[in-house]
Amino acid sequence: MNEKTGDGVKGFSKPIYLDANATEPLRPAARAAMLEAAELTGNPSSVHHAGRHARAVLEAARNTVAARLGVAPLNCVFTSGGTEANVLAMHGLGQGRRFLVGRTEHDAVRKGAPDGADVAWLEVDSHGQVRLDLLEAALHAPGAPAFVCLMLANNETGVLHPMAEVARLCRQHGAHLHVDAVQAAGRMDVNVEDLGADSLACSGHKMGGPKGAGALVLRGPAPRPLAPLFEGGGQEQGRRGGTQPLPAIAGLAAALCDGLDNPRDLAPLRNRLEQAARAAGAVVCGAVAPRLGNTASLALPGRRAQGQLMRLDLDGVCVSAGSACSSGKVAFSHVLDAMGLGELAGQAIRVSLPWDVSEADVAGFVQGYARMAAGTGAGAGLALAR
Amino acid sequence: MRILVAMSGGVDSSVVAARLLEEGHEVVGATLQLYDSRGAAKKGACCAGQDIRDARAVADRLGFPHYVIDAERRFQDSVIERFADAYAAGETPVPCVACNQGVKFTDLLGLAKEIGADAMATGHYVRRMEGPQGAELHRPVDEARDQSWFLFATTREQLDFLRFPLGDMPDKAAVRQEAERFGLVVAGKPDSQDLCFVSDGSYVDLVERMHPEMAGPGEIVDQSGHVVGAHEGVMRFTVGQSKRLGNAARLQGERQMVVGVEPGRKRVIIGPRAHAFVSTLSVRDVNWLVDAPPEGIVCKVQMRAREEPRTARVVPTPDGATVLLEEPAMPAPGQACVFYQGSRILGGGFIRRTEQQAAV
Repeated sequence: MNEKTGDGVKGFSKPIYLDANATEPLRPAARAAMLEAAELTGNPSSVHHAGRHARAVLEAARNTVAARLGVAPLNCVFTSGGTEANVLAMHGLGQGRRFLVGRTEHDAVRKGAPDGADVAWLEVDSHGQVRLDLLEAALHAPGAPAFVCLMLANNETGVLHPMAEVARLCRQHGAHLHVDAVQAAGRMDVNVEDLGADSLACSGHKMGGPKGAGALVLRGPAPRPLAPLFEGGGQEQGRRGGTQPLPAIAGLAAALCDGLDNPRDLAPLRNRLEQAARAAGAVVCGAVAPRLGNTASLALPGRRAQGQLMRLDLDGVCVSAGSACSSGKVAFSHVLDAMGLGELAGQAIRVSLPWDVSEADVAGFVQGYARMAAGTGAGAGLALAR
Repeated sequence: MRILVAMSGGVDSSVVAARLLEEGHEVVGATLQLYDSRGAAKKGACCAGQDIRDARAVADRLGFPHYVIDAERRFQDSVIERFADAYAAGETPVPCVACNQGVKFTDLLGLAKEIGADAMATGHYVRRMEGPQGAELHRPVDEARDQSWFLFATTREQLDFLRFPLGDMPDKAAVRQEAERFGLVVAGKPDSQDLCFVSDGSYVDLVERMHPEMAGPGEIVDQSGHVVGAHEGVMRFTVGQSKRLGNAARLQGERQMVVGVEPGRKRVIIGPRAHAFVSTLSVRDVNWLVDAPPEGIVCKVQMRAREEPRTARVVPTPDGATVLLEEPAMPAPGQACVFYQGSRILGGGFIRRTEQQAAV
């Protein structure tokens, strides 16, 4: 019979969490800001003393996020998270435009355009970067001005698009450039002006803040008009209805500052685990392109992602494959598929290092991965499920 | 040992997981998502959205890991489409056999091996017994729940790896009692029905949607091709049936029955009931759970999910087996013909169309 593997990776009694791109562990600074904000009773929209107090905390967070991302304070619109920020941009700023959406975008964006909108896809090369020649051709195509949606860093591979070139082309053709910076914000310098983006989305829990808050930031004079998804009480300058979740927003702002003020280059650790994975037979997807330092996409030829995930999980290692679906089933990776990786798109796991990852975590992963890779690789039927 | 338990979210497989855990095994639960749970799923069918939630709740309560496996495409290709195609070819298929064989005992079993499991367990009512020549497959103790007929295609290699802990249970009430003893939320859940993938409508609608050329009224003909009546759709007819024939149910004083279905021409072929029985039939895709006896073997054969087994001699052929019945019967093409000796399954195959059924 097979070797017993139920006791966890040797020497690691605690699970090893390497799924930061799904959600980062909470940063202590964010926790402190949240707890403080949670003590406040006031609604930021109320005129009385308690309301004013809450409003001051909200606006301080807004000033911080706006300054860190390079926009005017009133051009920082708080949302419930990254998905809403992206969808708000596409609905609120995309009217009358044709959408050009990257093939490797997150589902929030791939499925974010309003019903009936004109959507065309932007192909990527085998490294996962957008094809600039095709972007230019698409921008040249006749029709309404374009609304281009491209992410800064890919959630599955960490691959960065050549955003300076993208922005230049968009400017030349009068296109709106919306950047999904959910994975990048807080992990690298992200400045809307420097990027040449017109709008940019980020999410609190992907930078070590709590789940429940995100932001859509807009370039240009403030407040920039933006049609709301729902009006509600007219909060956020009438651009996003609903009482602001103050603790989540305060946590987001604190996490962003903490991440940027205490930068940590995770690439050396990432490279170490990639090297070990290659030695165990893995292919690193998108390795040639510039990437976010914390993300590795490891495909093991002939081994479906589901089995790899389960095996690693049973050994106490948390990683993921593709984007997690709400039911928890593992879906085929549309990102790797768009990169032309064929079967490997069903055989890759994503390892994303959190801000507080330790060398021991990486060593534990390497041990678990080698054991998993050495195990049996049976029937391929479910690997093809897509 | 590490055991992967295939969990449908129902009482049976939940009790299996709980028992194995109690016995001290390392249990890993897995539920196959066979179709999109957001679609209309039939009530009481397995593996819809609620069932995944139930399976997960059981795993959470008992404290073992549980995973949802995406098998939608595989299920569509290997079960639903083949089910519809078989009807379109004039057969009456058994989709549960295809599902057990493909999605469950090939794919999920492969996954179990990948995660380092030593065995895979299911909630099927069937017994696996160690014999002198390895694992044997037997009917369960509870005859009312017997699922052995649906599992005839299990290979010896698969059987070696499989466990069916409910095969010894005296009855369903005992299983529910176990569920209650373990405090499982699913203890009172109704039993799942066959054809889990057929939502609100019927299998007729499903097949007609996938093969529109089969839909609509057509002719009832006798064995020489003379039109003797009309029908509402070939999907409603299966070989051996006497219902829905209208005035053609009795011709020249003789009771008639369906002897063949020609979906392409939307024709139902009938013949005198008395002459329609055959003594010999041919089966394909035969799986032997014993070493195939070259000279043949006298045993019992069961040709429908619920029927009394009949005595027959089964002789292996290069492309399956020939079954020589002691007394004539009316086998339906596409159904399974399973060979038993006492409670033990020797093997089985799928019934081929006879020349008579195919040639009219």
